Amino acid sequence: MNILNLFVIIPMLTVGGILLTKDLKQSRLVSAIGMGFQLILSFVLVYLYLKERQAGNTAAMLFTYDALWFPSLNIHYALGVDGISVAMIALTGIVVFAGIFASWKMELLPREFFISLIILASGVFGFFISLDLFTMFLFYELAVIPMYLLIGIWGSGPKEYSAMKLTLMLMAGSAMLLVGLLGIYFFSSPDPHALTFNLIEISKAHIPIGMQRFLFPFTFIGFGILGALFPFHTWSPDGHASAPTAVSMLHAGVLMKLGGYGAFRVAIFLMPEAAHEQAWIFLILTAISVVYGAFSAIVQTDLKYINAYSSVSHCGLVLFAVLMMNQTAMNGAIVQMISHGLMTALFFALIGMIYGRTHTRLINEMGGLMKVIPFLGVVYVIAGLASLGLPGFSGFVAEMIIFVGSFQHTDLFHRVITIVAASSIVITAVYILRVVGTLLLGPIKNDHFLHLEDAKWYERISTITLVIAITAIGTAPYWLTDMINYSLVPIVQKLSSIQLTSLY
Amino acid sequence: MDYTYTLFIPLVPLFVFLILGLLGHKMPPIVAGLIGTLGLGLSAVLSYFTAMNYFWTSHVPETAYTSIKGFEVEWLHLTEKLTIHLGVLIDPISVMMLVVITTVSLMVHIYSIGYMKGDPGFYRFFSFLSLFSFSMLGLVLATNIFQMYIFWELVGVSSFLLIGFYYEKPSAVAASKKAFIVTRFADLGFLIGILMLSFNTGTFDFQTLTDPHGPAIAQAGGVAFMGMSVLTWSLIFIFVGGAGKSAMFPFHIWLPDAMEGPTPVSALIHAATMVVAGVYLVARLFPVFALGAPDALHVVAWIGGFSSIFAAVIACTQTDIKRVLAFSTMSQIGYMMLALGVSGYGGEEGLGFMASNFHLFTHAMFKALLFLGAGAVIHAVHSNEIGDMGNLRKYLPITHITFLIACLTIAGIPPFSGFFSKDEILAAAFRDNKLLFAIEYIVAGLTAFYMFRLYYGIFWGKKTHYHHTPHEAPKVMTIPLLILAFGSVFAGFLPFHNLVTSDGKSFESHIDWMIAIPSVLIGVLGIAIATVMYKSETAIPDKMAQSFKHLYKWASRKFYMDEVYLFVTRKIIFRYISMPIAWFDRHIVDGTMNGIAGITQYAAYSIKGLQSGKLQQYAFVFVSGTVILVLIFVYLV
Amino acid sequence: MIQNIPLSYFLVISTSMFFIGIYGFLTRRNLITMLMSVELILNSVNINFVVFNKYLFPQHLQGHFFMLIVIAVAASEAAVAIAIIINIYRNFKSIDVENVDEMKF
Repeated sequence: MNILNLFVIIPMLTVGGILLTKDLKQSRLVSAIGMGFQLILSFVLVYLYLKERQAGNTAAMLFTYDALWFPSLNIHYALGVDGISVAMIALTGIVVFAGIFASWKMELLPREFFISLIILASGVFGFFISLDLFTMFLFYELAVIPMYLLIGIWGSGPKEYSAMKLTLMLMAGSAMLLVGLLGIYFFSSPDPHALTFNLIEISKAHIPIGMQRFLFPFTFIGFGILGALFPFHTWSPDGHASAPTAVSMLHAGVLMKLGGYGAFRVAIFLMPEAAHEQAWIFLILTAISVVYGAFSAIVQTDLKYINAYSSVSHCGLVLFAVLMMNQTAMNGAIVQMISHGLMTALFFALIGMIYGRTHTRLINEMGGLMKVIPFLGVVYVIAGLASLGLPGFSGFVAEMIIFVGSFQHTDLFHRVITIVAASSIVITAVYILRVVGTLLLGPIKNDHFLHLEDAKWYERISTITLVIAITAIGTAPYWLTDMINYSLVPIVQKLSSIQLTSLY
Repeated sequence: MDYTYTLFIPLVPLFVFLILGLLGHKMPPIVAGLIGTLGLGLSAVLSYFTAMNYFWTSHVPETAYTSIKGFEVEWLHLTEKLTIHLGVLIDPISVMMLVVITTVSLMVHIYSIGYMKGDPGFYRFFSFLSLFSFSMLGLVLATNIFQMYIFWELVGVSSFLLIGFYYEKPSAVAASKKAFIVTRFADLGFLIGILMLSFNTGTFDFQTLTDPHGPAIAQAGGVAFMGMSVLTWSLIFIFVGGAGKSAMFPFHIWLPDAMEGPTPVSALIHAATMVVAGVYLVARLFPVFALGAPDALHVVAWIGGFSSIFAAVIACTQTDIKRVLAFSTMSQIGYMMLALGVSGYGGEEGLGFMASNFHLFTHAMFKALLFLGAGAVIHAVHSNEIGDMGNLRKYLPITHITFLIACLTIAGIPPFSGFFSKDEILAAAFRDNKLLFAIEYIVAGLTAFYMFRLYYGIFWGKKTHYHHTPHEAPKVMTIPLLILAFGSVFAGFLPFHNLVTSDGKSFESHIDWMIAIPSVLIGVLGIAIATVMYKSETAIPDKMAQSFKHLYKWASRKFYMDEVYLFVTRKIIFRYISMPIAWFDRHIVDGTMNGIAGITQYAAYSIKGLQSGKLQQYAFVFVSGTVILVLIFVYLV
Repeated sequence: MIQNIPLSYFLVISTSMFFIGIYGFLTRRNLITMLMSVELILNSVNINFVVFNKYLFPQHLQGHFFMLIVIAVAASEAAVAIAIIINIYRNFKSIDVENVDEMKF
């Protein structure tokens, strides 16, 4: 049996298992076991993948599986992974696992909560393993829909508003995406009887340039909305602020990555000419995202808003690097996705834990927490330093690869925009240190904080898992970048093989 | 000679950091202190061994010192040409820096066992010190510019952690933030410089970059932008990074505030090691500067010269003893930068390069000594303010003697080491640029003046009333003082012109008495003025302050640089950029999105009347529709 | 005999019945009356079926069959409709159609 099928089957079994449980204790145990398996499976997949490559398998996609699903439209259930999707799957495994432990005390409707959470996770896993655009879209929707329930029911603050806003904006993205995907489908082959949704087959065909010009913006913006592309990012602060901890973790950590991954895998890979032509528009938008998100984060006072805007900035960098369209920058984009996924998940987990203790998320009302909750404080500082790109953590590696890659373009436009994006590292430092300084350091502001308890064992599992992952990538990035580089080669070849119309 | 073992010089402190960081809270404090000190001691021994080996044992006399890669491993593959390596590079300046760092760091470790006694964060302090030592050693041993950048950032963060060590004190938190953000801003310049340099030369590697016949220098020509070549621009950007770390004008504002950290930290990081990283960076890339981009070198010289006099003037007016020392550090680093800036490449032309490194070496000794001495004073009187001190020479005899030695050294009085190194710098400046020489000459006088102002303020004067009788520091604190005093006195006799030169070849260097005698004289003059004004409490200082009212006020407010920065950050960035952007986001961008939703809703409301629920109305519409259709089909089609 | 009556007579009758039914359906407020109007419409259609069958294809019987189906449907419809009307009466104490507009929006 194909290992990739397990990534869909295990969540289903877990959901089935949760249905049989009665209360919080049982359902969280079942979820933890199920997602623990999923995490192990992710690493097994990484191992098997590397072994296969070592053995000299040079196919673009490994572990492929194909079942005809809907013959009249030639829709397949086609699976397969390359280095990039393997890395993304490992990220998802880690974040979901940490997310389960971060919602260990979910008192309200725990069964339903964990079921929705795991359906969301299975959608993400399915997205990363799909090779068929239709199946991919299906899993994408599967991941987006439970979000509405998760925020609307288990959220805080103006949760109905946020849930509605988030879902509607993402649905608008889906609608654009659907136009793009169907367009790609109908032009996937000159022969009307050989139309296909298969990603690899489409990439070998050539979509007419006129159609590309029309479809590329739809596809890119469709995915871009999920990747918090300026000016379609406003769902992110509201949505994240209202979502419960685990959902924020999953959403910012993994779901937003579907946007970057899709923009790269579908929009740019399948429509390279249009991508080259229109890249400058989106580069400007993403550069704005990067700087604008960081500046907005400086003045926010709610921890979750700060982190949401920081996500806008960091995810902007992902799309920015993808649009640079060379091997190094794209590699950086993938590493940045993974790095940001881990960091932001860690941030949201910590914010949830701190909020659970202090019952406020406004930084002005807190202070000196390092003294009373040293474990959480230290981990928060680590997350902050990772986020501002300190060497030794994953953020630095990702940013440096992106900047070096972007700088390989020799024209002034790319140079200037790279420097603009690079300036975000200073602004990031400003808002991170502002938070760390106000929240953790200084004198204790409220006597009520004196009796806070430090992290519980399940909270430690959640945070330490993420910290280990961040540090591992930061200190030994070569295995990850090599794995990604290998799979980027065919993509970059396709991008560079086309005739460039000189635009710059 | 195999230098692979040098790898352990930085790695030992890293392990110590990990051990103390993870397990330190379970140890008794003294164990944590001992582990930290022993680890650093091991590194120090390895460094001395390396220095012996490199400079003497395995060096063939009469040949040039070459740079050797002791160890190198590929860390991250970026493009076809660019790969980040991690490794150790052994050459004269890195070996010299190893000795400086491990010596000062070891002294600071020993001293801190006494100074930090009883502090609840004892183990944390030692783990941060180890982290810093690891980063700094990694920085100086870097084989390529990117490795240097990596450790550069790590050094920055260890500095941040140590400045903010007393994290419950808001001023310490603010200072640590300021230090990090200002240097981070400068690091952005460094990063852009690295990107430009590496793109144009296709390498990060120092050996390739600094090779006089290598690709970097070969590409020196050409005009890229605003009349300067790409190489010049990239080196200027890199120097911005160096200026940030080395507290050169206009990035110096973080340094005085950084004194909020514990005093041993100020001695280690903000006097002897980290702040000279910028000098080291320029020295490291010196052949590229000198042969490829002399324009960039002029920038270095002028920034250095200006910073040195700027800081010296401010130092004359400060009343916090650590801030005086901080401005003195800035001024002395300006000296080093200037020496590099006026230097040429090769042989006697490279006098400035040698002088700069020489001064770096001696400065590390005497400035660490000054800070540790100041720490002993603060330890005794529990205050930083010069006004709270006086007449301490009776209570703190050892500190007094060592502090005096350090003051004489920095004032450039022979035969102390500062005389030799400063003299070489003045000689180099005299050769290249008379104006810069004049500036440095004045600074030499100012230095002697403000140091002795400090000295008399602390150890002389009338004040004898203390709440607790001040007492001499314990031995664990005074022994490092004595060792450093020994170093300050005798370091000047090291034959630097044979060891550390711009091209590795030794050259003949003499003391130029035409320059040395006047420089000693102005030093003595500075001391004399300070003696008259401050030895016993007189009214002269107040009168002087009155007669130079404006200058005094401006200098004591540090020429309002802090206010300028506050204006830029608080007002411009926070108020006029971030706030409007946040407002724009909430009200314009999000408002548009909500507006679209609102329009949809409004449209729905306005057409919902059609759905009246009245059966007959529907039926009527249906029937009339049918009738109309029928009429259309019958009469029009 | 029947052939002596022109087709148009039947059609006039059925058309008048149809429009009387429509008029009744649109103007009457009483649900029972409306139901009766619907029956009128259905019966007008039935007349058409039968008459066209007889005049155009006398040898076939489809029109008659269709008429029977319509009568059956009308009967069941009447049963359902009256059941609904009774329920409406129970809920609203009235069978005025104006009152039954709760399902709007």
